[in-house]
Amino acid sequence: MRITFLFKFLLTAALFLGNNTFAKETDSEPAKDTKAEIKEYIEHHLQDSHDFNLFSNTDENGEVHHYGFPLPVILWDDGLKVFSSSEFHHGETVAEVDGSHYKLYHSKIYKTDANGTISYDEEHHPTNVRPLDFSITKSVVMMLVTGLLLIWLFSSLAKSYSKNGAIPKGAGRFFEPIVLYIRDDIAIANIGEKKYKRYMPFLLTVFFFIWFLNMFGLTPLGVNVTGNIAVTTALAVIVFLITNFTGTKDYWKHIFDPLGDGMPWFGKMIIYIILVPIEILGLFIKPFALLIRLYANMTAGHVVLMSLIGLIFIFKSWVGGPLSFGLSFAISMIELLVALLQAYIFTMLAALYFGFASEEHDHNDEPELAHL
Amino acid sequence: MDKLINDFSFGLFIWQIVLFVLLLFLLRKFAWKPILNAVNDREEGIKTALASAEEAKKEMQNVTADSEKLLKEARAERESMLKEAREIKNKMIADSKEQAKTEGDKMIKQAQAAIESEKKAAVADIKNQVAELSIEIAEKVIKEQLSNKDKQLKLVDDMLGDIKLN
Repeated sequence: MRITFLFKFLLTAALFLGNNTFAKETDSEPAKDTKAEIKEYIEHHLQDSHDFNLFSNTDENGEVHHYGFPLPVILWDDGLKVFSSSEFHHGETVAEVDGSHYKLYHSKIYKTDANGTISYDEEHHPTNVRPLDFSITKSVVMMLVTGLLLIWLFSSLAKSYSKNGAIPKGAGRFFEPIVLYIRDDIAIANIGEKKYKRYMPFLLTVFFFIWFLNMFGLTPLGVNVTGNIAVTTALAVIVFLITNFTGTKDYWKHIFDPLGDGMPWFGKMIIYIILVPIEILGLFIKPFALLIRLYANMTAGHVVLMSLIGLIFIFKSWVGGPLSFGLSFAISMIELLVALLQAYIFTMLAALYFGFASEEHDHNDEPELAHL
Repeated sequence: MDKLINDFSFGLFIWQIVLFVLLLFLLRKFAWKPILNAVNDREEGIKTALASAEEAKKEMQNVTADSEKLLKEARAERESMLKEAREIKNKMIADSKEQAKTEGDKMIKQAQAAIESEKKAAVADIKNQVAELSIEIAEKVIKEQLSNKDKQLKLVDDMLGDIKLN
């Protein structure tokens, strides 16, 4: 298992490092120096995209060719507008749907006039209207793929149990210990033997979802789903909702009356003016920390990795190539660990918050781990 | 921060919520529940199997101990029975010996007593007969001797002479 895993990992890393053709992409904008080009490319990579671009190159005539496939664009702008993202021609042309014109500018869709004019404010931000965009973007596609992969993988694991008399087979042998680890060392350890069961589906789903998406982020597909603030926010919102909807009486008492009977009411009044707002703020800070941590870690990983690859084009020497190759290889290794680690941390902290929410004994002596 | 908010795509957020919740429910139904149940069942099975094995081992030990105890008891019983029998035998022998001896003694005593009394009777009888005989003889002698005067005198003389001698 370990050898094949290592092999796959090396292959992945090699493929990823091989995707330096990406950096050659030039947009319709005039030629810039390499550094700015790399910076723009990285920024572009970090963002969601309306088409699934595998790679692009520029031929001798300076024409850019994109290889990939378009994705459906779904807009809500006085009615549902659905069209293929190929109509944007990678932001080069204006798409016209039912008499409205839309233009892709920095991976975002703006409503424009027929010529695709985009007006800017003083800070060079477009002032055009942005219609509500529910497009099936690259990230949505990757989430769908990951979701289907998870369903296929784990429902077949579930089936293999009933077939083989509760003995896992194949990939199940690799995943079962992870499932058990999440159950024993994350759920039971933080929530407790009595109540962990109701949180298990969420913890397992969120762990494998984040882990798999992180791993996809390391493939040459060039996706960055868990490094997208909207995705991590959605996950954090779900954690927030579960935490507070499953909160016990003790949990709410801890927020609004943390000192309990330890102090007379007039004493508590003075402290609570400060303490209760902090506790209420804490409710939101906890999931906020979750979303920022995951977003920042994954984004940072991608930026570092791509910058190191970009170094090849800056050095353009026989030293720079191997050096940046070696460095990005090493960082890839670390990123592989980070992919797992961030999934673990997210799950672990979610379990910790659930543990606080479902606790049912005296809270006064609990360790203040909540603000990690 | 401005950039973060600018980057935030509401559509993607909605997609993520919808897809994740859907995924959560599907996985819960088709994967996590069966997996966790299977694992739990397996663990319970292992636990009960171990417990019953332990139980069986204990029972086995009990059985062995019991049979050993029984064997020991039987052996002890045999021993005690044998001992008892030996004792009874010895006692019987001793008793009968004793009895025989006392009986014999008694018989000997009785015999002795009978012999003694017979002897006494015989002696008494003999004495009587001797006395009668002596008296008869004496009668006859005296009759004979005292048939004449001389002889009567002579006897008196003899007798007186005897007394003198004494």
